[in-house]
Amino acid sequence: MLSKRVIPCLDVRDGKLTKGIKFKGNVDIGDPVETARIYYEQGADEIVFYDITASHEGRGIMLKVVEKVASQIFIPFSVGGGISSVKDMRNVLLAGAEKISINSAAVKNPSLISEGAEAFGSQCIVVGMDVLKVPVSKKIPSGYEVVIHGGRKPMGIDALWWAKEVERLGAGEICLNSIDADGTKNGYELNITSLIAENVRIPVIASGGAGHPQHMVDAVTKGKASAALIASIVHYGEWTIPNIKKYMQDKGVKVRIVW
Amino acid sequence: MIAIINYEAGNLTSVKRALDYLNIPNIITKDPTTILNSQAIIFPGVGAAGSAMSNLIENNLDKVLHQAKDNSIPILGICLGSQIVLEVSEENNTKTLGLIPGKCKRFSPDLKDQDGNYINIPHMGWNSVSLKQECILFDNIESKAEFYFVHSYYPAPEKNFILGTTKYGLEFCSVLGKDRLWAVQFHPEKSGRPGLKLLENFYNYARRIKNA
Repeated sequence: MLSKRVIPCLDVRDGKLTKGIKFKGNVDIGDPVETARIYYEQGADEIVFYDITASHEGRGIMLKVVEKVASQIFIPFSVGGGISSVKDMRNVLLAGAEKISINSAAVKNPSLISEGAEAFGSQCIVVGMDVLKVPVSKKIPSGYEVVIHGGRKPMGIDALWWAKEVERLGAGEICLNSIDADGTKNGYELNITSLIAENVRIPVIASGGAGHPQHMVDAVTKGKASAALIASIVHYGEWTIPNIKKYMQDKGVKVRIVW
Repeated sequence: MIAIINYEAGNLTSVKRALDYLNIPNIITKDPTTILNSQAIIFPGVGAAGSAMSNLIENNLDKVLHQAKDNSIPILGICLGSQIVLEVSEENNTKTLGLIPGKCKRFSPDLKDQDGNYINIPHMGWNSVSLKQECILFDNIESKAEFYFVHSYYPAPEKNFILGTTKYGLEFCSVLGKDRLWAVQFHPEKSGRPGLKLLENFYNYARRIKNA
């Protein structure tokens, strides 16, 4: 039986973590490789790097980070942010990532999903979706609209329709981020998570809103997600991955407890 | 020295990175002499059975692998490598290496998990292995350890070749082998410490028999 996955997400800019991360001990706070290694050793099931680098030079630095991570961390990890061509995907995968995550680029150019799936296999292609709760309308029957550019640009696309579409195009996974819940620490947006998870046959990763391990439990039970993305809850040291997993296990969720 | 067979099937470097990390000497190669003179062989693979088989045949590596088995060189197949050691794959109805009797099947989308939900295909994520026979690859690995799987097809060898099984919609064979040939459906190189331990166990076995 598959375990539900707990996936810390690290934001990286020009090869450095953008948020301070509080660990005890002598950890260079700005180093994504060292931070990823710590999460790996603490039992993270996967790691997501979100590269918010804008410059060409920064992109090169990010590939070096990916290479370093791949030589020290032996769990799957994905890289997202700014990937907009098959060539970008290839560079990241060759550097050692298992998966690449595309978001805005997939909305603007959906064939990128199928091209990526064809070139590298569906299992490599994670489509990130940012969604915003809106009034139900003819155009947006699910009541959730796809937005891009970090939530700044509504696209007039229904979230459920888009989820089915990315599955049809060959995505291997959907990472569903609720803009409403993101950063609130009040829990994941369970309505749209379960609606999408019940209507596609690819895994859905819940993202946005985690503030307590109960939220992860809810995401994988009520929300029907296969995995839960976490960030500040672990970055600021309120909870550790082993504590989170212990909590989830005590609530009857199957998680990986030996690593 | 472990020879990692290079037949242009997916991410060979992840296996190499794991072996490098473990300080296990290794080389990615398609050269028959290097392969047949190695202490052990890892036969990885990501991708489709059909194209993998044509690449193997094109490079004569099908014969080299049979020769290696006949020479009793320890072999470890990984992922697609665990399917292609069988006789035939349902994937593009491909005739495969036939090192182990049996075939490779596709997960049926009608399968349901223990909660009654249809399974997702591919089977992707962390799952456990229940050993059915003794297997030195699992020495000093906790029985609750989990491994990272990504696959839509699974090995279905003859019963006496089944070393371990995993549950996903059904109970399928995730570890198979006989004598010095093993194959695992999961990715040990991506399975954290238990996976690294498995690779280490494989190499240590190869070293022991070489020195024996």
